Amino acid sequence: MEDWRKNKLAFAVFMGPATFWLLVFFTIPLVVIWIYSFGERGPLGQTYLAFSFENYLRAVEPIHLKILWKSLWLGGLATFLCLAVGFPVALGIAFAPDRWKNPLLLVVVLPFFTNMLVRTFAWVVMLGSRGIVNSGLEWTHGLLDGGFSLAGMPDLMGTFQPLELLHNNYTVVVGLVYVHLPFLILPLYATLEKMDRSYLEASLDLGAGQWRTFFSVLVPLAMPGILSGCMLVFILSMGNFIIPDRLGGTDSLMIGNLIAQEFNKARDWPFGAALSFVVMYPVFIFFVINALRARYQDRRRAEV
Amino acid sequence: MSEVVAAKKRRRRDVNPLEYLKRPWMWLALAGCFVFLYFPLVTLVAFSFNSYKRAFIWKGFSLKWYEKAMGNEALHEAFLNSMQVAAWSTVVSTALGAMLGLALYRYRFPFKGTYEGIAHLPIVIPEICMAVAMVTFFWAVGIELSLTTVIVSHIAFTIPFVAVVIRSRMAGFDVSLEEASRDLGASEWQTFWNVTFPYMIPGLVAGALMAFVLSLDDFVITFFTAGVGDNTLPVKIYSMLRFSVTPEVNAASTVLIVITLTLTLVAMVMQSRWGKENNQ
Repeated sequence: MEDWRKNKLAFAVFMGPATFWLLVFFTIPLVVIWIYSFGERGPLGQTYLAFSFENYLRAVEPIHLKILWKSLWLGGLATFLCLAVGFPVALGIAFAPDRWKNPLLLVVVLPFFTNMLVRTFAWVVMLGSRGIVNSGLEWTHGLLDGGFSLAGMPDLMGTFQPLELLHNNYTVVVGLVYVHLPFLILPLYATLEKMDRSYLEASLDLGAGQWRTFFSVLVPLAMPGILSGCMLVFILSMGNFIIPDRLGGTDSLMIGNLIAQEFNKARDWPFGAALSFVVMYPVFIFFVINALRARYQDRRRAEV
Repeated sequence: MSEVVAAKKRRRRDVNPLEYLKRPWMWLALAGCFVFLYFPLVTLVAFSFNSYKRAFIWKGFSLKWYEKAMGNEALHEAFLNSMQVAAWSTVVSTALGAMLGLALYRYRFPFKGTYEGIAHLPIVIPEICMAVAMVTFFWAVGIELSLTTVIVSHIAFTIPFVAVVIRSRMAGFDVSLEEASRDLGASEWQTFWNVTFPYMIPGLVAGALMAFVLSLDDFVITFFTAGVGDNTLPVKIYSMLRFSVTPEVNAASTVLIVITLTLTLVAMVMQSRWGKENNQ
Protein backbone atom coordinates (compact mmCIF):
# COMPACT_ATOMS: atom_id res chain seq x y z
CA MET A 1 0.00 0.00 0.00
CA GLU A 2 1.14 3.51 -0.77
CA ASP A 3 0.84 6.60 1.33
CA TRP A 4 -1.76 8.95 -0.13
CA ARG A 5 0.67 11.89 -0.09
CA LYS A 6 2.90 10.20 -2.64
CA ASN A 7 0.46 10.91 -5.43
CA LYS A 8 -2.19 13.30 -4.22
CA LEU A 9 -3.70 13.90 -7.65
CA ALA A 10 -4.31 10.19 -8.36
CA PHE A 11 -5.67 9.73 -4.85
CA ALA A 12 -8.13 12.59 -5.33
CA VAL A 13 -9.20 11.39 -8.79
CA PHE A 14 -9.97 7.88 -7.55
CA MET A 15 -11.47 8.71 -4.17
CA GLY A 16 -13.23 11.92 -5.12
CA PRO A 17 -16.30 10.97 -7.18
CA ALA A 18 -17.54 8.09 -5.00
CA THR A 19 -16.84 10.04 -1.82
CA PHE A 20 -18.78 12.98 -3.20
CA TRP A 21 -21.73 10.78 -4.16
CA LEU A 22 -21.85 8.92 -0.85
CA LEU A 23 -21.46 12.17 1.07
CA VAL A 24 -24.24 14.03 -0.74
CA PHE A 25 -26.63 11.15 -1.33
CA PHE A 26 -26.09 9.05 1.74
CA THR A 27 -24.28 10.72 4.63
CA ILE A 28 -26.04 14.08 4.36
CA PRO A 29 -29.50 12.43 4.11
CA LEU A 30 -28.66 10.50 7.28
CA VAL A 31 -27.66 13.72 9.00
CA VAL A 32 -30.82 15.46 7.77
CA ILE A 33 -33.06 12.71 9.09
CA TRP A 34 -31.09 12.72 12.34
CA ILE A 35 -31.80 16.44 12.73
CA TYR A 36 -35.45 15.77 11.87
CA SER A 37 -35.65 13.21 14.65
CA PHE A 38 -35.36 16.11 17.12
CA GLY A 39 -37.95 18.19 15.27
CA GLU A 40 -41.63 18.79 15.80
CA ARG A 41 -44.58 17.98 13.59
CA GLY A 42 -46.74 20.88 12.48
CA PRO A 43 -50.56 20.66 12.24
CA LEU A 44 -50.48 19.92 8.49
CA GLY A 45 -47.77 17.33 8.66
CA GLN A 46 -44.95 19.76 8.01
CA THR A 47 -41.80 19.57 10.10
CA TYR A 48 -40.49 22.33 12.35
CA LEU A 49 -36.90 22.11 13.39
CA ALA A 50 -36.50 22.06 17.14
CA PHE A 51 -34.38 20.44 19.75
CA SER A 52 -36.62 18.12 21.66
CA PHE A 53 -36.37 14.53 22.69
CA GLU A 54 -40.11 14.20 22.52
CA ASN A 55 -40.05 11.88 19.50
CA TYR A 56 -37.72 9.50 21.27
CA LEU A 57 -39.88 9.63 24.36
CA ARG A 58 -42.93 8.87 22.24
CA ALA A 59 -41.15 5.81 20.88
CA VAL A 60 -41.22 4.32 24.38
CA GLU A 61 -44.88 5.17 25.09
CA PRO A 62 -46.81 2.00 25.95
CA ILE A 63 -48.56 1.71 22.56
CA HIS A 64 -45.26 2.02 20.66
CA LEU A 65 -43.31 0.15 23.26
CA LYS A 66 -45.56 -2.82 22.60
CA ILE A 67 -44.60 -2.75 18.92
CA LEU A 68 -40.95 -2.29 19.80
CA TRP A 69 -41.14 -5.21 22.18
CA LYS A 70 -42.87 -7.34 19.55
CA SER A 71 -40.15 -6.48 17.02
CA LEU A 72 -37.44 -7.46 19.50
CA TRP A 73 -39.26 -10.69 20.29
CA LEU A 74 -40.02 -11.71 16.68
CA GLY A 75 -36.58 -10.56 15.48
CA GLY A 76 -34.90 -12.43 18.35
CA LEU A 77 -36.85 -15.60 17.68
CA ALA A 78 -36.06 -15.40 13.95
CA THR A 79 -32.36 -14.88 14.75
CA PHE A 80 -32.32 -17.86 17.10
CA LEU A 81 -34.02 -20.10 14.52
CA CYS A 82 -31.61 -18.90 11.81
CA LEU A 83 -28.74 -19.91 14.08
CA ALA A 84 -30.31 -23.29 14.82
CA VAL A 85 -30.90 -24.01 11.11
CA GLY A 86 -27.80 -22.26 9.80
CA PHE A 87 -25.12 -23.61 12.14
CA PRO A 88 -25.22 -27.24 10.97
CA VAL A 89 -25.32 -26.06 7.36
CA ALA A 90 -22.33 -23.72 7.78
CA LEU A 91 -20.46 -26.45 9.67
CA GLY A 92 -21.22 -29.03 7.01
CA ILE A 93 -20.04 -26.79 4.19
CA ALA A 94 -16.92 -25.57 6.01
CA PHE A 95 -15.78 -29.12 6.70
CA ALA A 96 -16.76 -30.48 3.30
CA PRO A 97 -14.11 -31.57 0.77
CA ASP A 98 -12.77 -28.54 -1.12
CA ARG A 99 -14.42 -29.30 -4.44
CA TRP A 100 -17.84 -29.43 -2.74
CA LYS A 101 -17.55 -26.13 -0.92
CA ASN A 102 -18.30 -23.70 -3.73
CA PRO A 103 -21.24 -25.61 -5.23
CA LEU A 104 -22.83 -26.02 -1.79
CA LEU A 105 -22.33 -22.33 -0.97
CA LEU A 106 -23.84 -21.40 -4.31
CA VAL A 107 -26.92 -23.45 -3.55
CA VAL A 108 -27.33 -21.65 -0.22
CA VAL A 109 -26.77 -18.15 -1.60
CA LEU A 110 -28.74 -18.39 -4.84
CA PRO A 111 -32.24 -17.85 -3.38
CA PHE A 112 -30.87 -14.75 -1.67
CA PHE A 113 -30.45 -13.16 -5.09
CA THR A 114 -34.10 -13.52 -5.97
CA ASN A 115 -36.34 -10.62 -5.12
CA MET A 116 -37.37 -10.40 -1.48
CA LEU A 117 -40.92 -9.58 -2.43
CA VAL A 118 -41.04 -12.68 -4.60
CA ARG A 119 -39.69 -14.81 -1.78
CA THR A 120 -42.33 -13.41 0.54
CA PHE A 121 -45.00 -14.08 -2.06
CA ALA A 122 -43.74 -17.66 -2.31
CA TRP A 123 -44.92 -18.17 1.27
CA VAL A 124 -48.36 -16.85 0.40
CA VAL A 125 -48.42 -19.51 -2.31
CA MET A 126 -47.43 -22.07 0.30
CA LEU A 127 -49.61 -21.13 3.21
CA GLY A 128 -52.57 -19.15 1.84
CA SER A 129 -56.10 -20.40 2.40
CA ARG A 130 -55.95 -21.85 -1.14
CA GLY A 131 -52.21 -22.50 -0.92
CA ILE A 132 -50.25 -25.69 -1.36
CA VAL A 133 -50.50 -26.85 2.22
CA ASN A 134 -54.24 -26.32 2.39
CA SER A 135 -54.80 -27.90 -1.03
CA GLY A 136 -52.84 -30.91 0.17
CA LEU A 137 -54.95 -31.10 3.30
CA GLU A 138 -58.15 -30.73 1.31
CA TRP A 139 -57.12 -33.55 -0.99
CA THR A 140 -56.30 -35.79 1.96
CA HIS A 141 -59.60 -34.81 3.52
CA GLY A 142 -61.47 -35.77 0.35
CA LEU A 143 -59.69 -39.09 0.24
CA LEU A 144 -60.50 -39.91 3.85
CA ASP A 145 -64.06 -38.73 3.35
CA GLY A 146 -64.47 -41.08 0.41
CA GLY A 147 -63.02 -43.90 2.46
CA PHE A 148 -65.40 -43.31 5.34
CA SER A 149 -68.39 -43.07 2.97
CA LEU A 150 -67.52 -46.45 1.56
CA ALA A 151 -67.30 -47.77 5.09
CA GLY A 152 -70.81 -46.51 5.70
CA MET A 153 -69.98 -43.39 7.72
CA PRO A 154 -70.58 -40.58 5.18
CA ASP A 155 -70.61 -37.54 7.49
CA LEU A 156 -67.79 -38.41 9.82
CA MET A 157 -65.30 -35.88 8.42
CA GLY A 158 -67.62 -32.91 7.86
CA THR A 159 -66.81 -30.29 5.22
CA PHE A 160 -63.24 -29.13 4.76
CA GLN A 161 -62.24 -25.88 6.48
CA PRO A 162 -58.94 -24.42 5.27
CA LEU A 163 -56.50 -23.72 8.08
CA GLU A 164 -55.66 -20.08 8.77
CA LEU A 165 -51.91 -20.44 8.30
CA LEU A 166 -51.18 -16.92 7.14
CA HIS A 167 -51.53 -13.67 9.04
CA ASN A 168 -50.07 -14.55 12.37
CA ASN A 169 -46.79 -13.96 14.17
CA TYR A 170 -45.40 -17.42 13.46
CA THR A 171 -45.70 -16.94 9.71
CA VAL A 172 -43.80 -13.68 10.12
CA VAL A 173 -41.01 -15.52 11.93
CA VAL A 174 -40.91 -18.21 9.22
CA GLY A 175 -40.69 -15.50 6.56
CA LEU A 176 -37.92 -13.66 8.41
CA VAL A 177 -35.90 -16.86 8.80
CA TYR A 178 -36.43 -17.72 5.15
CA VAL A 179 -35.27 -14.36 3.85
CA HIS A 180 -32.32 -13.84 6.19
CA LEU A 181 -30.81 -17.32 6.52
CA PRO A 182 -27.92 -16.69 4.07
CA PHE A 183 -26.86 -13.62 6.10
CA LEU A 184 -26.14 -15.93 9.00
CA ILE A 185 -24.66 -18.83 7.07
CA LEU A 186 -22.11 -16.75 5.13
CA PRO A 187 -20.23 -15.03 8.03
CA LEU A 188 -20.42 -18.21 10.07
CA TYR A 189 -19.02 -20.24 7.18
CA ALA A 190 -16.21 -17.70 6.72
CA THR A 191 -15.18 -18.05 10.38
CA LEU A 192 -15.44 -21.84 10.50
CA GLU A 193 -13.58 -22.19 7.20
CA LYS A 194 -10.44 -20.38 8.40
CA MET A 195 -10.53 -21.80 11.91
CA ASP A 196 -7.43 -23.64 13.04
CA ARG A 197 -8.57 -27.26 13.15
CA SER A 198 -5.67 -28.47 15.28
CA TYR A 199 -7.54 -27.14 18.35
CA LEU A 200 -10.43 -29.46 17.59
CA GLU A 201 -8.11 -32.38 16.97
CA ALA A 202 -6.25 -31.66 20.20
CA SER A 203 -9.50 -31.58 22.14
CA LEU A 204 -10.64 -34.89 20.62
CA ASP A 205 -7.23 -36.50 21.16
CA LEU A 206 -7.20 -35.45 24.79
CA GLY A 207 -10.40 -37.35 25.37
CA ALA A 208 -13.18 -34.78 25.09
CA GLY A 209 -16.20 -36.09 23.20
CA GLN A 210 -17.71 -34.52 20.08
CA TRP A 211 -20.29 -32.57 22.09
CA ARG A 212 -17.83 -31.30 24.62
CA THR A 213 -15.43 -30.30 21.83
CA PHE A 214 -18.27 -28.58 20.03
CA PHE A 215 -19.38 -26.49 22.99
CA SER A 216 -16.04 -25.79 24.68
CA VAL A 217 -13.77 -25.40 21.64
CA LEU A 218 -15.63 -24.93 18.37
CA VAL A 219 -18.35 -22.54 19.53
CA PRO A 220 -15.97 -20.18 21.40
CA LEU A 221 -13.64 -20.10 18.38
CA ALA A 222 -16.56 -19.41 16.05
CA MET A 223 -17.97 -16.69 18.30
CA PRO A 224 -17.02 -13.69 16.09
CA GLY A 225 -18.83 -15.27 13.14
CA ILE A 226 -21.83 -16.23 15.28
CA LEU A 227 -22.10 -12.72 16.69
CA SER A 228 -21.78 -10.86 13.41
CA GLY A 229 -24.20 -13.22 11.67
CA CYS A 230 -26.77 -12.95 14.46
CA MET A 231 -26.38 -9.18 14.62
CA LEU A 232 -26.93 -8.88 10.88
CA VAL A 233 -30.03 -11.10 10.89
CA PHE A 234 -31.42 -9.32 13.93
CA ILE A 235 -30.94 -5.81 12.52
CA LEU A 236 -32.39 -6.74 9.16
CA SER A 237 -35.35 -8.52 10.76
CA MET A 238 -36.12 -5.53 12.94
CA GLY A 239 -36.13 -3.20 9.95
CA ASN A 240 -38.12 -5.45 7.63
CA PHE A 241 -41.57 -4.22 6.80
CA ILE A 242 -42.65 -6.28 3.80
CA ILE A 243 -42.85 -9.59 5.64
CA PRO A 244 -45.00 -8.41 8.58
CA ASP A 245 -47.11 -6.51 6.06
CA ARG A 246 -47.75 -9.44 3.69
CA LEU A 247 -47.50 -12.47 5.98
CA GLY A 248 -48.53 -10.99 9.32
CA GLY A 249 -51.89 -10.24 10.84
CA THR A 250 -53.21 -7.02 12.28
CA ASP A 251 -51.21 -7.46 15.47
CA SER A 252 -47.95 -8.38 13.73
CA LEU A 253 -46.82 -4.79 13.17
CA MET A 254 -43.10 -4.41 13.63
CA ILE A 255 -41.00 -1.30 13.93
CA GLY A 256 -40.28 -1.26 10.20
CA ASN A 257 -44.04 -1.02 9.50
CA LEU A 258 -44.35 1.78 12.01
CA ILE A 259 -41.57 3.74 10.28
CA ALA A 260 -43.19 3.17 6.89
CA GLN A 261 -46.56 4.31 8.24
CA GLU A 262 -45.16 7.52 9.70
CA PHE A 263 -43.66 8.37 6.32
CA ASN A 264 -46.71 7.37 4.26
CA LYS A 265 -50.09 7.67 5.88
CA ALA A 266 -49.45 9.39 9.18
CA ARG A 267 -47.01 11.94 7.77
CA ASP A 268 -45.27 12.39 11.07
CA TRP A 269 -41.74 12.52 9.74
CA PRO A 270 -39.91 13.58 12.91
CA PHE A 271 -41.38 10.64 14.79
CA GLY A 272 -40.60 8.27 11.90
CA ALA A 273 -37.06 9.65 11.85
CA ALA A 274 -36.66 9.04 15.57
CA LEU A 275 -37.95 5.49 15.14
CA SER A 276 -35.49 4.72 12.38
CA PHE A 277 -32.68 5.96 14.59
CA VAL A 278 -33.92 3.73 17.38
CA VAL A 279 -33.09 0.91 14.92
CA MET A 280 -29.81 2.43 13.72
CA TYR A 281 -28.15 3.46 17.02
CA PRO A 282 -27.50 -0.17 18.01
CA VAL A 283 -26.02 -0.76 14.53
CA PHE A 284 -23.62 2.14 14.98
CA ILE A 285 -22.67 1.02 18.49
CA PHE A 286 -22.04 -2.52 17.28
CA PHE A 287 -19.76 -1.29 14.49
CA VAL A 288 -17.81 1.05 16.72
CA ILE A 289 -17.21 -1.77 19.20
CA ASN A 290 -16.17 -4.07 16.36
CA ALA A 291 -13.75 -1.49 14.96
CA LEU A 292 -12.24 -0.79 18.39
CA ARG A 293 -11.80 -4.51 19.00
CA ALA A 294 -10.11 -4.98 15.62
CA ARG A 295 -7.76 -2.07 16.35
CA TYR A 296 -6.94 -3.43 19.81
CA GLN A 297 -6.14 -6.85 18.36
CA ASP A 298 -3.95 -5.33 15.64
CA ARG A 299 -2.01 -3.38 18.24
CA ARG A 300 -1.55 -6.45 20.39
CA ARG A 301 -0.34 -8.40 17.41
CA ALA A 302 2.08 -5.61 16.59
CA GLU A 303 3.45 -5.67 20.13
CA VAL A 304 4.07 -9.40 20.12
CA MET B 1 -17.75 -53.64 29.66
CA SER B 2 -14.92 -51.19 29.19
CA GLU B 3 -13.69 -53.28 26.29
CA VAL B 4 -17.01 -52.92 24.55
CA VAL B 5 -16.81 -49.14 24.96
CA ALA B 6 -13.26 -49.12 23.68
CA ALA B 7 -14.23 -51.19 20.66
CA LYS B 8 -17.08 -48.83 19.94
CA LYS B 9 -14.72 -45.90 20.15
CA ARG B 10 -12.28 -47.57 17.83
CA ARG B 11 -14.99 -48.17 15.29
CA ARG B 12 -15.98 -44.53 15.45
CA ARG B 13 -12.41 -43.45 14.84
CA ASP B 14 -12.53 -45.08 11.40
CA VAL B 15 -14.40 -42.02 10.22
CA ASN B 16 -12.25 -38.94 10.65
CA PRO B 17 -14.08 -37.16 13.49
CA LEU B 18 -13.87 -33.81 11.73
CA GLU B 19 -15.45 -34.95 8.49
CA TYR B 20 -18.89 -33.90 9.56
CA LEU B 21 -20.23 -34.41 6.06
CA LYS B 22 -19.72 -38.16 6.40
CA ARG B 23 -22.40 -38.28 9.07
CA PRO B 24 -25.98 -39.00 8.11
CA TRP B 25 -27.50 -36.35 10.43
CA MET B 26 -25.45 -33.73 8.66
CA TRP B 27 -26.88 -34.76 5.32
CA LEU B 28 -30.32 -34.60 6.85
CA ALA B 29 -29.69 -31.05 8.09
CA LEU B 30 -28.34 -29.91 4.72
CA ALA B 31 -31.12 -31.56 2.76
CA GLY B 32 -33.75 -30.08 5.09
CA CYS B 33 -32.28 -26.61 4.69
CA PHE B 34 -32.20 -26.87 0.90
CA VAL B 35 -35.80 -28.05 0.74
CA PHE B 36 -36.77 -25.13 2.98
CA LEU B 37 -34.92 -22.69 0.72
CA TYR B 38 -36.10 -24.01 -2.63
CA PHE B 39 -39.51 -25.60 -2.24
CA PRO B 40 -41.47 -22.30 -1.96
CA LEU B 41 -39.68 -20.76 -4.95
CA VAL B 42 -40.05 -23.85 -7.12
CA THR B 43 -43.75 -24.00 -6.30
CA LEU B 44 -44.18 -20.35 -7.18
CA VAL B 45 -42.52 -20.88 -10.55
CA ALA B 46 -44.43 -24.10 -11.22
CA PHE B 47 -47.79 -22.42 -10.71
CA SER B 48 -46.97 -19.68 -13.20
CA PHE B 49 -47.48 -22.45 -15.80
CA ASN B 50 -50.83 -23.54 -14.41
CA SER B 51 -53.77 -23.26 -16.73
CA TYR B 52 -56.30 -22.87 -13.92
CA LYS B 53 -57.14 -19.43 -12.65
CA ARG B 54 -58.06 -20.04 -9.04
CA ALA B 55 -54.59 -19.75 -7.71
CA PHE B 56 -53.14 -23.04 -6.58
CA ILE B 57 -54.91 -26.04 -8.01
CA TRP B 58 -53.00 -27.70 -10.81
CA LYS B 59 -55.02 -28.11 -14.01
CA GLY B 60 -52.38 -28.62 -16.67
CA PHE B 61 -49.55 -26.74 -18.37
CA SER B 62 -50.17 -23.42 -20.07
CA LEU B 63 -48.33 -20.23 -21.00
CA LYS B 64 -51.41 -18.05 -20.90
CA TRP B 65 -50.34 -16.13 -17.76
CA TYR B 66 -47.18 -15.11 -19.53
CA GLU B 67 -49.21 -13.92 -22.50
CA LYS B 68 -51.47 -12.04 -20.15
CA ALA B 69 -48.53 -10.47 -18.30
CA MET B 70 -46.99 -9.45 -21.64
CA GLY B 71 -50.24 -7.83 -22.69
CA ASN B 72 -50.52 -5.95 -19.39
CA GLU B 73 -49.68 -2.36 -20.30
CA ALA B 74 -48.78 -1.31 -16.73
CA LEU B 75 -46.58 -4.33 -16.16
CA HIS B 76 -44.85 -3.64 -19.44
CA GLU B 77 -44.12 -0.08 -18.45
CA ALA B 78 -42.88 -1.17 -15.02
CA PHE B 79 -40.50 -3.61 -16.67
CA LEU B 80 -39.07 -0.91 -18.95
CA ASN B 81 -38.71 1.47 -15.99
CA SER B 82 -36.86 -1.22 -14.04
CA MET B 83 -34.46 -1.78 -16.92
CA GLN B 84 -33.83 1.94 -17.31
CA VAL B 85 -33.17 2.47 -13.60
CA ALA B 86 -30.95 -0.60 -13.35
CA ALA B 87 -28.95 0.34 -16.46
CA TRP B 88 -28.22 3.89 -15.32
CA SER B 89 -27.35 2.97 -11.77
CA THR B 90 -25.13 0.14 -12.98
CA VAL B 91 -23.11 2.41 -15.28
CA VAL B 92 -22.53 5.12 -12.68
CA SER B 93 -22.05 2.93 -9.63
CA THR B 94 -19.65 0.59 -11.44
CA ALA B 95 -17.45 3.52 -12.46
CA LEU B 96 -17.50 5.21 -9.06
CA GLY B 97 -17.39 2.00 -7.04
CA ALA B 98 -14.46 0.64 -9.06
CA MET B 99 -12.42 3.79 -8.50
CA LEU B 100 -13.24 3.69 -4.80
CA GLY B 101 -12.34 0.01 -4.52
CA LEU B 102 -9.04 0.59 -6.28
CA ALA B 103 -8.20 3.57 -4.06
CA LEU B 104 -9.06 1.64 -0.89
CA TYR B 105 -6.86 -1.21 -2.11
CA ARG B 106 -3.96 1.02 -2.97
CA TYR B 107 -3.71 3.92 -0.53
CA ARG B 108 -3.07 4.33 3.14
CA PHE B 109 -4.61 7.53 4.53
CA PRO B 110 -5.61 8.97 7.90
CA PHE B 111 -8.94 7.75 9.35
CA LYS B 112 -9.19 5.03 6.71
CA GLY B 113 -11.01 2.70 9.11
CA THR B 114 -13.65 5.32 9.88
CA TYR B 115 -14.02 6.15 6.20
CA GLU B 116 -14.54 2.51 5.32
CA GLY B 117 -17.03 2.09 8.14
CA ILE B 118 -19.17 4.96 6.86
CA ALA B 119 -18.79 3.99 3.20
CA HIS B 120 -20.00 0.47 3.95
CA LEU B 121 -22.99 1.58 6.01
CA PRO B 122 -25.43 1.30 3.07
CA ILE B 123 -24.75 -2.45 3.11
CA VAL B 124 -25.58 -2.93 6.78
CA ILE B 125 -28.33 -0.53 7.83
CA PRO B 126 -31.91 -1.70 7.23
CA GLU B 127 -33.15 -0.59 3.83
CA ILE B 128 -36.14 1.18 5.30
CA CYS B 129 -33.84 3.53 7.24
CA MET B 130 -31.94 4.48 4.11
CA ALA B 131 -35.21 4.82 2.17
CA VAL B 132 -36.78 7.29 4.61
CA ALA B 133 -33.50 9.21 4.87
CA MET B 134 -33.47 9.64 1.09
CA VAL B 135 -37.09 10.81 0.91
CA THR B 136 -36.54 13.29 3.72
CA PHE B 137 -33.41 14.60 2.04
CA PHE B 138 -35.05 15.03 -1.38
CA TRP B 139 -38.00 16.72 0.23
CA ALA B 140 -35.83 18.99 2.39
CA VAL B 141 -33.80 20.27 -0.57
CA GLY B 142 -36.89 20.52 -2.78
CA ILE B 143 -36.17 17.84 -5.39
CA GLU B 144 -39.33 16.31 -6.81
CA LEU B 145 -39.52 12.51 -6.62
CA SER B 146 -39.20 10.74 -9.98
CA LEU B 147 -37.29 7.91 -11.60
CA THR B 148 -34.20 10.11 -11.37
CA THR B 149 -34.35 10.20 -7.58
CA VAL B 150 -34.68 6.40 -7.66
CA ILE B 151 -31.55 6.14 -9.82
CA VAL B 152 -29.61 8.53 -7.57
CA SER B 153 -30.51 6.47 -4.47
CA HIS B 154 -29.72 3.17 -6.17
CA ILE B 155 -26.29 4.44 -7.14
CA ALA B 156 -25.61 5.40 -3.53
CA PHE B 157 -26.42 1.96 -2.17
CA THR B 158 -24.71 -0.05 -4.92
CA ILE B 159 -21.36 1.81 -4.84
CA PRO B 160 -20.10 0.01 -1.70
CA PHE B 161 -21.00 -3.41 -3.14
CA VAL B 162 -19.02 -2.71 -6.33
CA ALA B 163 -16.11 -1.38 -4.26
CA VAL B 164 -16.01 -4.60 -2.22
CA VAL B 165 -15.97 -6.76 -5.38
CA ILE B 166 -13.18 -4.71 -6.99
CA ARG B 167 -11.12 -4.80 -3.83
CA SER B 168 -11.33 -8.56 -3.59
CA ARG B 169 -10.30 -8.79 -7.25
CA MET B 170 -7.30 -6.53 -6.64
CA ALA B 171 -6.20 -8.63 -3.65
CA GLY B 172 -4.71 -11.09 -6.14
CA PHE B 173 -2.89 -8.42 -8.14
CA ASP B 174 0.89 -8.62 -8.48
CA VAL B 175 2.23 -5.11 -7.82
CA SER B 176 5.56 -5.94 -9.43
CA LEU B 177 3.78 -5.82 -12.81
CA GLU B 178 3.17 -2.11 -12.31
CA GLU B 179 6.74 -1.59 -11.14
CA ALA B 180 8.05 -3.40 -14.21
CA SER B 181 5.92 -1.24 -16.45
CA ARG B 182 7.24 1.94 -14.86
CA ASP B 183 10.82 0.69 -14.96
CA LEU B 184 10.42 0.11 -18.67
CA GLY B 185 9.50 3.74 -19.10
CA ALA B 186 5.69 3.82 -19.10
CA SER B 187 4.02 6.78 -17.43
CA GLU B 188 1.59 6.35 -14.49
CA TRP B 189 -1.28 6.83 -16.88
CA GLN B 190 -0.04 4.30 -19.42
CA THR B 191 0.67 1.83 -16.63
CA PHE B 192 -2.87 2.19 -15.35
CA TRP B 193 -4.56 1.65 -18.71
CA ASN B 194 -2.24 -1.08 -20.00
CA VAL B 195 -1.48 -3.05 -16.84
CA THR B 196 -3.87 -2.37 -13.96
CA PHE B 197 -7.11 -1.82 -15.86
CA PRO B 198 -7.01 -5.03 -17.92
CA TYR B 199 -6.51 -6.95 -14.68
CA MET B 200 -9.60 -5.27 -13.19
CA ILE B 201 -11.95 -6.19 -16.05
CA PRO B 202 -13.41 -9.45 -14.64
CA GLY B 203 -14.02 -7.61 -11.38
CA LEU B 204 -15.72 -4.80 -13.26
CA VAL B 205 -18.02 -7.24 -15.02
CA ALA B 206 -18.87 -9.04 -11.77
CA GLY B 207 -19.41 -5.74 -9.94
CA ALA B 208 -21.61 -4.40 -12.73
CA LEU B 209 -23.77 -7.53 -12.77
CA MET B 210 -24.14 -7.33 -9.02
CA ALA B 211 -25.12 -3.66 -9.17
CA PHE B 212 -27.65 -4.44 -11.89
CA VAL B 213 -29.23 -7.26 -9.88
CA LEU B 214 -29.35 -5.20 -6.68
CA SER B 215 -31.01 -2.31 -8.47
CA LEU B 216 -33.44 -4.48 -10.39
CA ASP B 217 -34.46 -6.32 -7.22
CA ASP B 218 -34.77 -3.37 -4.91
CA PHE B 219 -38.23 -2.69 -3.59
CA VAL B 220 -38.02 -0.71 -0.36
CA ILE B 221 -35.85 2.20 -1.50
CA THR B 222 -37.63 2.40 -4.86
CA PHE B 223 -41.04 2.37 -3.19
CA PHE B 224 -40.16 5.44 -1.13
CA THR B 225 -38.09 7.45 -3.59
CA ALA B 226 -40.24 6.98 -6.71
CA GLY B 227 -42.69 9.64 -7.79
CA VAL B 228 -46.41 8.96 -8.08
CA GLY B 229 -47.02 6.44 -10.86
CA ASP B 230 -43.34 5.62 -11.40
CA ASN B 231 -43.57 1.88 -10.99
CA THR B 232 -40.70 -0.54 -11.28
CA LEU B 233 -41.28 -4.27 -11.61
CA PRO B 234 -41.00 -5.08 -7.86
CA VAL B 235 -43.23 -2.12 -6.96
CA LYS B 236 -45.80 -3.27 -9.51
CA ILE B 237 -45.68 -6.83 -8.18
CA TYR B 238 -46.23 -5.45 -4.68
CA SER B 239 -49.37 -3.60 -5.72
CA MET B 240 -50.62 -6.63 -7.68
CA LEU B 241 -50.21 -8.72 -4.54
CA ARG B 242 -52.30 -6.19 -2.70
CA PHE B 243 -55.31 -6.45 -4.92
CA SER B 244 -55.53 -9.78 -6.63
CA VAL B 245 -53.31 -12.80 -6.53
CA THR B 246 -53.64 -14.47 -9.92
CA PRO B 247 -50.97 -16.58 -11.61
CA GLU B 248 -50.11 -13.44 -13.58
CA VAL B 249 -48.13 -12.37 -10.51
CA ASN B 250 -46.37 -15.73 -10.55
CA ALA B 251 -45.47 -15.16 -14.19
CA ALA B 252 -44.10 -11.66 -13.54
CA SER B 253 -42.17 -12.96 -10.51
CA THR B 254 -40.75 -15.83 -12.55
CA VAL B 255 -39.47 -13.42 -15.18
CA LEU B 256 -37.73 -11.45 -12.42
CA ILE B 257 -36.26 -14.63 -10.89
CA VAL B 258 -34.92 -15.83 -14.24
CA ILE B 259 -33.23 -12.51 -15.05
CA THR B 260 -31.59 -12.08 -11.65
CA LEU B 261 -30.49 -15.70 -11.30
CA THR B 262 -28.95 -15.77 -14.78
CA LEU B 263 -26.95 -12.59 -14.14
CA THR B 264 -25.88 -13.78 -10.68
CA LEU B 265 -24.70 -17.12 -12.03
CA VAL B 266 -22.68 -15.42 -14.76
CA ALA B 267 -21.05 -13.16 -12.14
CA MET B 268 -20.24 -16.13 -9.91
CA VAL B 269 -18.77 -18.19 -12.72
CA MET B 270 -16.53 -15.24 -13.59
CA GLN B 271 -15.39 -14.95 -9.98
CA SER B 272 -14.53 -18.63 -9.73
CA ARG B 273 -12.56 -18.29 -12.99
CA TRP B 274 -10.29 -15.70 -11.41
CA GLY B 275 -9.77 -17.98 -8.45
CA LYS B 276 -8.28 -20.54 -10.82
CA GLU B 277 -6.30 -17.96 -12.73
CA ASN B 278 -4.75 -16.67 -9.49
CA ASN B 279 -3.72 -20.14 -8.45
CA GLN B 280 -1.81 -20.79 -11.65
